[in-house]
Amino acid sequence: MADAYIFDHVRTPRGKGRASGALHSVTPIELASTALRAIRDRNDLDTAYVEDVMLGCVSPVGEQGADVARVAVINADYAETTAGAQVNRFCASGLEAVNIAAGQIMSGQSDMAIGGGVESMSRVPMGSDGGAWATDPAVAFHSYFVPQGISADLIATKYGFSRDDVDSYAMESQKRAKKSWDEGRFDGSIVPVVDINGDTVLNNDEHMRPQTDMQSLASLDPAFGSLGEQFGFNSVAIQRYPEVEAIEHVHHAGNSSGIVDGASAMLLGTKEMGEKLGLTPRARIRSFASVGSEPTIMLTGPSFAAEKALKRAGMEKSDIDLWELNEAFAAVVLRFMQAMDIDHDDINVCGGAIAMGHPLGATGAMILGTVLDELERTGKSTALATLCVGAGMGTATIIERL
Amino acid sequence: MMDYNVDGDGVATITWNVSNRPMNVMNNDTMAAFGAAVDKAIDDEAVKGVIVASAHKEFMVGADLSVMGDGDLSMLQEFMEIVRGNFRRMETGGKPFVAAINGHALGGGFEMCLACHHRIAADNPKTKIGLPEAKIGLLPGGGGTQRLPRMIGMQQALPLMLEGKELAPAAAKNIGLVDEVVPADELLNAAKAWVLGEGQKNKTQPWDKRNFKMPGGAVQSPMGQQAFMAGNAMLRQRTFGNYPAQQNIMSSVFEGCSVDIDTGLTIEIRYLIATAMTPECRNMVRLFFALTEAGKGAGRPKNIPAASFTKIGVLGAGMMGAGIAYVTAMSGLDVVLLDAEQASADKGRAHAGELLKKRVSRRRMEQQTAEATLVRIQATTDFSDLDGCELVIEAVFEDRSVKADVTQKTLAVTGDGITFASNTSTLPITGLAKASSRPDNFIGLHFFSPVDRMPLVEIIRGEDTSDETLAKAIDYVKAIRKTPIVVNDSRGFYTSRVFGTYVREGLALLADGVAPALIENAGKMAGMPVGPLAMADEVSIDLMYKIGKQTREDMGADYVPVPGDDLVQTMVETLGRIGKKAGKGFYDYPEKSGKRLWPGLADHCPPGKEQPDVEEVKKRLMYIQSVETARCMEEGVITEKRDADVGSIMGWGFPPFRGGVLSLVDTIGIEEFVAACDRLAQAHGPRFSPPKLLRDMAARGEGFYGKAA
Repeated sequence: MADAYIFDHVRTPRGKGRASGALHSVTPIELASTALRAIRDRNDLDTAYVEDVMLGCVSPVGEQGADVARVAVINADYAETTAGAQVNRFCASGLEAVNIAAGQIMSGQSDMAIGGGVESMSRVPMGSDGGAWATDPAVAFHSYFVPQGISADLIATKYGFSRDDVDSYAMESQKRAKKSWDEGRFDGSIVPVVDINGDTVLNNDEHMRPQTDMQSLASLDPAFGSLGEQFGFNSVAIQRYPEVEAIEHVHHAGNSSGIVDGASAMLLGTKEMGEKLGLTPRARIRSFASVGSEPTIMLTGPSFAAEKALKRAGMEKSDIDLWELNEAFAAVVLRFMQAMDIDHDDINVCGGAIAMGHPLGATGAMILGTVLDELERTGKSTALATLCVGAGMGTATIIERL
Repeated sequence: MMDYNVDGDGVATITWNVSNRPMNVMNNDTMAAFGAAVDKAIDDEAVKGVIVASAHKEFMVGADLSVMGDGDLSMLQEFMEIVRGNFRRMETGGKPFVAAINGHALGGGFEMCLACHHRIAADNPKTKIGLPEAKIGLLPGGGGTQRLPRMIGMQQALPLMLEGKELAPAAAKNIGLVDEVVPADELLNAAKAWVLGEGQKNKTQPWDKRNFKMPGGAVQSPMGQQAFMAGNAMLRQRTFGNYPAQQNIMSSVFEGCSVDIDTGLTIEIRYLIATAMTPECRNMVRLFFALTEAGKGAGRPKNIPAASFTKIGVLGAGMMGAGIAYVTAMSGLDVVLLDAEQASADKGRAHAGELLKKRVSRRRMEQQTAEATLVRIQATTDFSDLDGCELVIEAVFEDRSVKADVTQKTLAVTGDGITFASNTSTLPITGLAKASSRPDNFIGLHFFSPVDRMPLVEIIRGEDTSDETLAKAIDYVKAIRKTPIVVNDSRGFYTSRVFGTYVREGLALLADGVAPALIENAGKMAGMPVGPLAMADEVSIDLMYKIGKQTREDMGADYVPVPGDDLVQTMVETLGRIGKKAGKGFYDYPEKSGKRLWPGLADHCPPGKEQPDVEEVKKRLMYIQSVETARCMEEGVITEKRDADVGSIMGWGFPPFRGGVLSLVDTIGIEEFVAACDRLAQAHGPRFSPPKLLRDMAARGEGFYGKAA
């Protein structure tokens, strides 16, 4: 089996995912094209060698629909022989896109490919693509559907995380993100978004609130209380987890991932192709895995995906130097740390989506890139990046710095 | 059966006139005749339009349940195809059809109206219009789930069908179920006027038009998606997934209303068949008949002339006595409400006054009627006022000597020829009857609290109670529009005895180390109205303690302790947590928010490391009730399985989808049930051990209601 190497990765800054957000004026195709162009230009890349571009996108409808990856490839002026496919594994789509690209390379069916993702949450709102799970009565009944926020609160209730616990976690995320920006830890990977005249639209993560403290977090009302009570979702969750007396609603906008716009791309290939094109490999993909988990609690998949990826790589938990888990909700990370017995000092060291936002389809490749940069900065060797996924899944990827 | 007539103006009238039934019903015969009449009208060039009418007092109350066949899918399927064909020909035959709704139009009867192009109802406020199929575990399968949402929108239509609501004509018009409401004597003229006027321009249903749009938004629209997302969860919250009919109604609307009407009707019939085949449907249909029979007083001894009542005495004006006085007065009988203190008697009467006031404020009663009703209740302390009562019911303190005293004081005034009833819930009737010189005239009438809302009365026959007395008691219960069941004298009678096993099993689970939330949720998920611990708090733990103590004393060495007995003692004696009335029991009752399980419970019953599966907890809570009922049957405490099932549903909220406490055994399957109970007895004690009655049935492979499936 061939090895898949990472040669480069970029991401756009993350803009607030609403009308007042800086990236609301930019189309999702342009966001994706920005990332693809940067990969090409930074590496002086002849794109004829890029065989395929996999882009994660979670609401692939409207202007994000109809295979956003291929259309971005065309729009970014890649060689017309470069194919493109849109990938949807909900929140792990961006990481899944990298894994698919890596898989093509490792199986010998491709020499160079790009994985990444795009999501303009301000222009194509979450849920725009409908779907049967929540709405089709037969499906919803059969599988005890509840919205993710209820699942996150269920995790906090079942595994004993208080409002203080989740708020403290959120505050730390803000602190780390701020410090990372201040120290320029993201500088090597951020590609500013510019308009048609070349003027900068956004060059920093717009969602951050570094001034956040426990008091300001405590003042926020739980976001999913009335959803759970009035529309019956708490009861549905309890019917699936009857050992729980009542759902404690602890999550709110301040300790959940931010709704943002953004795009990411990661260049992967064989060692030989890298040599041929004069590219320096930065890391090797050790393994990757996806797994299904119980869909009502929905967001406990990462630990199972991580275990699976470790096993496949023949590694132990102690072999991992840095952990990166998407901060969908604070309790998701706290539960992962609890289940895997991981210290907070070793996970999400540069902050995460609570501070910087979670552009659904793009996040996976972003956090893998972030942790690679951090391995390089600190001289550490191995990292595992993972995300919780809608409908009860987890996806994980292990890399080793070269 | 089906009258057909064409008048000089070319208006055909098809009049349903089913002669061998009290009401018009849809079955193979009537539908064939109706279909022929529809064809005749469509084929006759002289006919300009059609009125569908009824020669009976009511329009039509739906299909004859015999069309469901006996577990035979094909019969129902064939019948539904005939119904569907007839209705579609009405819609697409090119002639306007109008329904002249003179009385109840329910279920299939109303679905026929939906297939008409126009609906006019007579303004009789007693008329009920709607699709109540879900109440008997069925789905409106004659086009109801397809036409109603297309007519008034999903968000209006779904609650009507899910809850099986029946509306009076005015309300039906408000929501769009009917187009016009007219005085009864103008009904047919209005129908004819519509056929000759508007009808000539409205021969096509909206859903058969090319540009049809679902009113209120399509299924696959943001509004539709949100409505279903919330609707699905809210339905599970209400039903715990125990009612397939409701789930299938949701699915039929979701899937069928996403496509054209003909495909939608195909989908609907699939869901109807699937629903009709569920044990839940069989149980609820059987229950429907059982409730009807019981309500008619099926247990009444035959050949005894019906008793009529004018004046009833009620002794003791507490909650129960006041409630009994209220329901009796509501039925047009005079009541003497007697208590030792005038103030107490007045308070009891005032309670009835409050209930009447509520009815008036909710516009369910005229002020005048309320006043006339209250006047019927005479509050007194004087036993001589009881003179002339045909029946006296005592609801005094649960103490043998107090009860004996009021019995004798009453009979001294009325003579011992009257019927004397005790509303005791714990003391054996045969013993209480000894206070009377005529124990044959003595009987138990066990009302449930709150009396005005609980529909059941458990009639307890003492050893000496005569058939005449029993018949009179049943006649009285019918007169106050409640449902009687008849049981024989025994500790706790029937309902309290079996219901008690649910609560005690909850405590046993707790003592076994099962997490309290799991116990409570299991009870609710099994379909009980509240969890057993919440129920213990409601009943009050000190009362359970007292009854338990009495039982142990009475039974002596025969008493078999149950885990949890000690817990009751601790709760009462050591902790003083006696239940909801004290604001603390198994739950805390904070003033501002809802009740929460008392966290301190963990110190007294530490939850085990390994918790059982919720299905196992549900089994323990439910099977214990069925086993105990089987024992009641074996001991002759209750003789009619109908009464056992009806009593469980109406008396203590046993879930209707189970059909009752004995129906549950049939649903599980007799052999499997006995095997499960043997296993539970092995694990948890002899209280689960199946009685011989069940073992014999299992050996014969026979359930309570026929051969095991």
